[in-house]
Order: sequence, then structure tokens, then C-alpha cells
Amino acid sequence: MNKKMKNVISESIRMALLLIAVSIIAFFLVINSPIDPLTSYVGPESTLSQEARDEIAEYWGLYDPPAERFMSWVGNIVRGDWGDSITYKRPVKDVISERFSYSFGLMACTWVISGLLGFVVGIISGMREGGWFDRITKYFCLMVKSAPTFWIGLLVLVIFAVELKWFPIGMAVPLGKPANEVTFWDRLYHMALPVITLSIISMSDIMLYTRQKLIEIINSDFILYARARGENEKQIVLRHVIRNIALPAITVQFASFSELFGGMALAENVFSYPGIGTATTAAAVNGDVPLLLGIAVCSAVFVFAGNLMANVLYGVFDPRIKEGVITYEHTHAHSH
Amino acid sequence: MSEEKKTVLNVEDLTVAFNMYQKGAFKKTDLEVIHKLSIDVKEGEIVAVVGSSGSGKSLLAHSILHILPKNAKVGGKIEYCGKELDDKYVKELLGRDIAFIPQSVDYLDPLMHVDKQVIGVYGNKERQREVFDRYHLDERVDTLYPFQLSGGMARRVLISSAVMEEPKLIIADEPTPGLNVEMAMETLNNFRELADKGTAVLMITHDIDLAFEVADRIAVFYAGTVVEIASTLDFIMGRGFLRHPYSAAFVDALPQKKFKPIEGTQPYAGNLPSGCLFADRCPYRDDECAGEIPMRDLRGGKVRCVHAT
Repeated sequence: MNKKMKNVISESIRMALLLIAVSIIAFFLVINSPIDPLTSYVGPESTLSQEARDEIAEYWGLYDPPAERFMSWVGNIVRGDWGDSITYKRPVKDVISERFSYSFGLMACTWVISGLLGFVVGIISGMREGGWFDRITKYFCLMVKSAPTFWIGLLVLVIFAVELKWFPIGMAVPLGKPANEVTFWDRLYHMALPVITLSIISMSDIMLYTRQKLIEIINSDFILYARARGENEKQIVLRHVIRNIALPAITVQFASFSELFGGMALAENVFSYPGIGTATTAAAVNGDVPLLLGIAVCSAVFVFAGNLMANVLYGVFDPRIKEGVITYEHTHAHSH
Repeated sequence: MSEEKKTVLNVEDLTVAFNMYQKGAFKKTDLEVIHKLSIDVKEGEIVAVVGSSGSGKSLLAHSILHILPKNAKVGGKIEYCGKELDDKYVKELLGRDIAFIPQSVDYLDPLMHVDKQVIGVYGNKERQREVFDRYHLDERVDTLYPFQLSGGMARRVLISSAVMEEPKLIIADEPTPGLNVEMAMETLNNFRELADKGTAVLMITHDIDLAFEVADRIAVFYAGTVVEIASTLDFIMGRGFLRHPYSAAFVDALPQKKFKPIEGTQPYAGNLPSGCLFADRCPYRDDECAGEIPMRDLRGGKVRCVHAT
């Protein structure tokens, strides 16, 4: 129990340090970028006089030293004032929460589908190592992993939306339909293509990992012994293999939040899906500093949460870690 | 050993080769690791296979159980109770009539409670409790994970697994390392008890002292084959009663005998002499040793040497 408390505290400290680091880096990257917040606010064709511009800049504190500007931004964030998005003319907090709710559905579906599919396919191909199924899925996954996300997105778009016309070409809801008439099925239907694209991409990681881990386990002594005790292939998989692979596989899947997030940003752009990914691109293109910083902090929290869950799960489910015989790092030294 | 006892396991001219890459080569070749090995175990009898480390003793066990890796090629004949032990037949027997006792606790699933593992796919809870009681494993042991077992407990758990279904043949691979003398003796006495009830036991070990204690017969393993099988008594009586020069040297090298080593090392499996495998270390070598050396009966034992008397 004492050990657990210690873990929770050290993880919380790590989280705080990470957030501070991400905020500092993001903030200084933005103020050193060629974006002029004033110009992006009033627009490049504004007829505002130089005196008026100086006055606004003075009022905003743009001439203050960077450290002071950073501190005032942090102070506002802590008080709950995330600023207004220039792109959407709305508070950053509202934009992020709305966009995240779209993206969250997308990522949750992808995460579950790619996880289950990757795990099952990984087990089948690992059990038939070198067979035709293994070869096809292995090369497919390696191919997908080396291909750019947007390219796969375009490919999926061309095949399923343009040629086969099975799915809509983009957006999250049908065009021209009043918001109150949009059904759950409409949303699901529009989510299908981005989810398929992202699942194909995320699946390859978990599949290759599961396959590798299975081959490692199937050659271990305890499987040999299970065979010697008369267990058949099916019993070996159900009794030993799944139990021993599930935990590391789930961990890998949680730790893949960052890749999932990055892939989502690209896929959303291809499918014009109004999630956090398209908002990020729009914010970057329009020099929307408050939104950009807000998204940076939120995505850091999101990715960290994934890693944290991976760590915690390992401790909860592996009896050897629970009893403190081996540490998390120990098990991960050979799984990565 | 009386004549009417039934032969449970009979291995004749067993050859095992691995198709693999040799050092510095780009093509896979066959590496023969067990050569024309013959051995038999009768009911109620313990046969100990002794030999130095790395001589391929475990592979003998694995080939009988048909759990060799995929790239292994097996030749020769293995019979169980007079019937050829092929892939299909062995599947019916493993875990029921034939039991395997592995070297260490590493052969247990690290994430499964030991009671479930001992029950396996054929046993039930009542029988598992009964067997655990016999080996002094109380109920707390049931829900331990393998890493929580002490060395002695692990050994008793592995033996419990083997006797769950009252097998006719037990193959034990190095059952004693890591145990102190009392524990090792206890383990061996367990084997003796099982054998006295009619079980045939093939015990693979590098510890000849322990083999002396319980085995009925001892097979000496050298460079992938059995060079001599004789009753334990012959070994205890000393070199004059043994048939093969390697067995004699083996006995001489024991601490309680002369503690005298012989020159040279075992030949590597990829680089074997054509005739007798022991020829280059043998004091009685002559031209005859370069030919084919068959296993022959001699004074109630068997030997693979043309000069043995």
C-alpha cells in the first residue's frame, strides 16, 4: 500500500513536470514563430493606424518580456481563462471540448477495433509462423506502417467513397441536414471511413507486437511442458498464450495514444472531419495562438493519461509486479 | 531385474538431427546430435541416464515426448509397451500414461496458480488436493504463483503434476539440481516409491551419486549416444565390472573414487569421428575402432565397444 502511494505521488509529479515542460516549449515556440498575433487578429488587410496597433499591443502586453507574458498566460489558464480562438471566434475551452467530443468517438472506436483485431490477427499469424496467413498479414502490416497516414486515408476515400460509394466522402454529419434531425446512425456512418483508416494503421503495431510476443512465448519452456502434459494447440492458446500476451498487448495499446492522436490529426484532415485534428491545422494556418497552446496542453494530458494507465494496469494485473518481485521496467526491458 | 517384467519403453537406434546454420556457413545443414541411441526401461524399474552437461541428454527426453523443435529430424524406433510411439499415439498418452518432470520451475506458466497447472487438462481438483497432501503441500500452495514457490516446493509441485494421472512411464529431466542433499534424496525416494508400484522411470541426470542411490540400471551417455547400460551394482563395484572404457573413466573421475580426469573433451556434434566416438580419448584404440560400432550384449549389460570384455 505504501509502495502504491509512492507510485501515485511520483506519477503525479511526473505529470506536473511534463505539463510545465510542454507549456514552456509550446509557448516559446509560438512567440518565436513569424506569427504576429495582432495581424492575425485584425486581419492582414486591416486599415488600423500604427498608433492604434501599438495601443492594442501595449494593452495585450506584447511588448513585455517573454517570461512575464508566459506567467500571465499560465495565470489565466489556471483561473480557467483559456482565451478566445481567433479562428472560431469562440472561447478556446468551448472549441476544444466540442472538437474533442467528436475526436474522442473516433479514437475510442479506432482504439477498440484496432486493439481487438490486431490482437486476434497477431495470435493467428504467430501460431502459424511462416505460413501464408502469417506472411500476408505481416507484409501488409509492414507496408501500412511505412506508408504515410494521409496517403492511406486518400486510398480508403477513393475506394470506399468515390468508387464504391458505400460511405460519405467527409464531414461528421450529412450536409444540409438540420442539426436537430441528425441521428446517431448518421454520425456513425460518417465516422466509418476515418475509423477504418486509423484502425488499419494502428492495428499493424499491435498485430506485429502480439505476433512477436507469441513466437517468444510459444518457444518458452512452459509451453514445451504444457505440450508434454498433453495439451493441444487450442488448449495451449486458451490456457497459457492469451493470458501471457494480453497484459503486454494492452499496455502497448495504451502507450500508443500518442500515435493514435497524431494519426487522427492527419486522417481528420483527409476526411474533413470536424475534430481536434482539423482544429489544430486550422489554428496553425490562421496563427490562432490561444487555441494552438490549449490543444498542445490538452493533447499532452491525453497522451500522458494513456501511458499512466499502461503503468497502472501492469501493476494491477501482473502478480509478479503486484508482489514487488520484479519492477515495471524489468518486464519492459525485453518487451520493447 | 527378472525376465517376466514388461518393457515399457524401448528406444532403438534413435537418431536426432537439427537442420540449421552452422558457424560461417550460408546454407542449412543437418547437425546430428543423437546417434543410434538404444535404451529400454521396464516396469517397476528406474533407469538413470548419466553423462556430462551438453551431451544431449535432454534431447533424448524431448524426442520420446515428441516435443522437439520443428527443425528436428528423428530417425530410429521408439516403442511404448510394444507399440510404435508415433505422433498420433503419443498424443493419447502424454499427460496420462506418460508423464514428464522438467528441470525447473521455469517450466510452469508464470501467470497461473499452481493448482490449475497441476490439474492440467485431464485432472480434477479432488485428485490434485489428494496428491498435494501426499507431498506435504498445504492448501495455501494451491493459489501461489510459480515465482512464489521455494525450490523444494517447486520440485514437489512438478512431481505432483507427473503423478496426477498415475502414469506408467515417467521421464524426469535433471530432477535434483538446486536441491540440498536431503531434498534430493527425498525426491529420489519419491521416484523409488513410484517405481515400486510398477511405474517405469527414466531419470536423466548428471549426478551419478544420486543415480547410484536409487537406479536399477545406469546408462552412460557420451557425445549423443549411450555407450553402456549396466546394473547399478556394476558401477558401484567399480571399473573392473564395467564394460566401456568411458564408463570406467567416468567412475574413476568421481571424487570418492580416484578423482582422476581423462585427457581431451567430448567431440562436437558437427565434427564427429566416423567410428567409435570415444576413440580419440581411448587407451585401447586400434584399427578396428574406425569401423561401425554396434551395441552388443555383454555380461547382462549392453556396450558399444568392440574391445570390451
